[in-house]
Amino acid sequence: MYIIKLLIKNTFRHKLRTCLTVLSVAIAILAFGLLRTVIDAWYAGVQASSVNRLVARHAVSMILTLPISYKEKIRQIEGVKIVSYGTWFGAFYIEEKNFFANFAVDPKSFLELYPEYILQPDEKSAFLRDKKSCVAGAKLVKRFGWKIGDIVTLKGTIYPGNWEFVLRGIYRGKNKNTDESQFFFHFDYLNETLKKTVPARADQVGYYMIEVASADLVADVAIRIDKTFHNSLAETLTETEKAFQLGFVSMSDAIITALRLVTFIVIVIILAVVANTINMTARERIGEYSVFKTLGFGGWRIAGLIFGESLIITMIGCTVGIILTFPSANAFANTVGSYFPTFNVTMDTILLDIMFSILVGMLAAIIPTYHSIKIPIADGLRRIG
Amino acid sequence: MNGSVPIVEIINLSKSYHRGNQVIPVLNNITFNIREGDFLALMGPSGSGKTTLLNLIAGIDKVDSGIIRVGGTDITVLSETELAGWRGINVGFVFQFYNLIPVLTAFDNVELPLLLTNLSKKERKEHVEIALKVVNLSDRMDHYPGQLSGGQQQRVAIARAMVTDPTILVADEPTGDLDRASAEEIMALMERLNIESGKTIIMVTHDPRAAEKARILKHLDKGVLNSNS
Repeated sequence: MYIIKLLIKNTFRHKLRTCLTVLSVAIAILAFGLLRTVIDAWYAGVQASSVNRLVARHAVSMILTLPISYKEKIRQIEGVKIVSYGTWFGAFYIEEKNFFANFAVDPKSFLELYPEYILQPDEKSAFLRDKKSCVAGAKLVKRFGWKIGDIVTLKGTIYPGNWEFVLRGIYRGKNKNTDESQFFFHFDYLNETLKKTVPARADQVGYYMIEVASADLVADVAIRIDKTFHNSLAETLTETEKAFQLGFVSMSDAIITALRLVTFIVIVIILAVVANTINMTARERIGEYSVFKTLGFGGWRIAGLIFGESLIITMIGCTVGIILTFPSANAFANTVGSYFPTFNVTMDTILLDIMFSILVGMLAAIIPTYHSIKIPIADGLRRIG
Repeated sequence: MNGSVPIVEIINLSKSYHRGNQVIPVLNNITFNIREGDFLALMGPSGSGKTTLLNLIAGIDKVDSGIIRVGGTDITVLSETELAGWRGINVGFVFQFYNLIPVLTAFDNVELPLLLTNLSKKERKEHVEIALKVVNLSDRMDHYPGQLSGGQQQRVAIARAMVTDPTILVADEPTGDLDRASAEEIMALMERLNIESGKTIIMVTHDPRAAEKARILKHLDKGVLNSNS
């Protein structure tokens, strides 16, 4: 208790300097937390992936399509439980800046395959009945102020024209990391329109989503699907949903690497700031530490005083930074949240904040401690007076 | 009160400092004893080696050659860690500039050396209260050093030096930073500790009035101990 009292009193002996250092640590922890949350948001789709689900796409490129006739062939493969399909629609709402993920899907099989998208039973049946209907995530609905029954008109880019949908359902995520900013509608609506307007593009899907009976069969089923369409005009590449999502993330690899680099730089900056403060403090107290040594305090106890003070500064800064991270992340999500399916500060991020703060507190104290212990007592005492 | 067995034995002690390639001898082959209960004043001009000798006896500096025994222990062979433990038990320090910890109260400053003992919190409290009573500062125990006069701070420092009941009390210019009245108070207190409590005191001083209070006076000049009084 005595030592804790001494540590706290020592820490706040230079109030302004300590407060500025704590503030620096807090801002750095805030920046670190937000950057980590952005990186996590990038991987949200990967984290939300199911181990039982596969995605089959065109082997050459994601932008090439597969015939709808593959569905029955895939269904017949041993181990396959559910087959669904979808197409990236790529439309926007009113103007281009109102962009969000929108897909044409086979509603029944899609909702079976993705139980994490939760719809009210009446909304679900209304969606399944009406071919011109759509469902949207709660976050997306909130963004545009839609309500059930609204006519939503999207402007197509891949499939040009104005596409009208009736909003029949608003889905909510079963898990915290479920993306609530997507938009789904009937593939049949798209397909039948294409049959009339651009028949060459009809009966083609962007990808197949497959649920496998058990996780153990996933690798075998993927190989069998690809074998089935080997040497066909549209060969498939089947991979786990996680690998498929990682493929998207890898397109932003340079940005993510840059963000990771910035998080590392932030840690180095905190280290420099705290090390500078602790170094100044220890230098000023060389005489005092010599008095402690004179009284019989050994090197470990002197180290405890310096490490303790360094850790108090970093942990107060860390606490303030963590507290600030939550409202800042909410504000950030409200501003640019539409670009990220989920934007949640995770427990992992908080633990990393704490871990790095402890690490910085320890590293910053090493050199000042070494000097304070090594200086001969008589030399240290001469610094007083 | 004075025992016949020396509490401090110094045999052929030499010490020099190095400045670049230059070797500066400070203490040259010094031999003398201090008996239990002695009050020794070391005097001499600046740079004569008084403080160095005091530091060596107190185990905060290392000898070049020679032996220093305090209470029968040859401290020249102890490691840094062993010396730290030894100092905590055997040596009480009084410095010229008091060297109290400014963020701690008088009570806490006096309690500091007791943290290294096995005493309970209650026992520590009792010891501190007694020590502060001895130096007549019971009513100032909650004051911070900045709220005390120089003389009061030095009394707190003496209480801190005495609280563990050390084998020897070493004082380096204890009155050097005090006005005459405070200096006399401090010297009276040290004299009382020597006479009433039998404390062995080794004091370095420039002040002849302070030295008068000691029962033995030794002069150091150019590293040689050359006279007794």
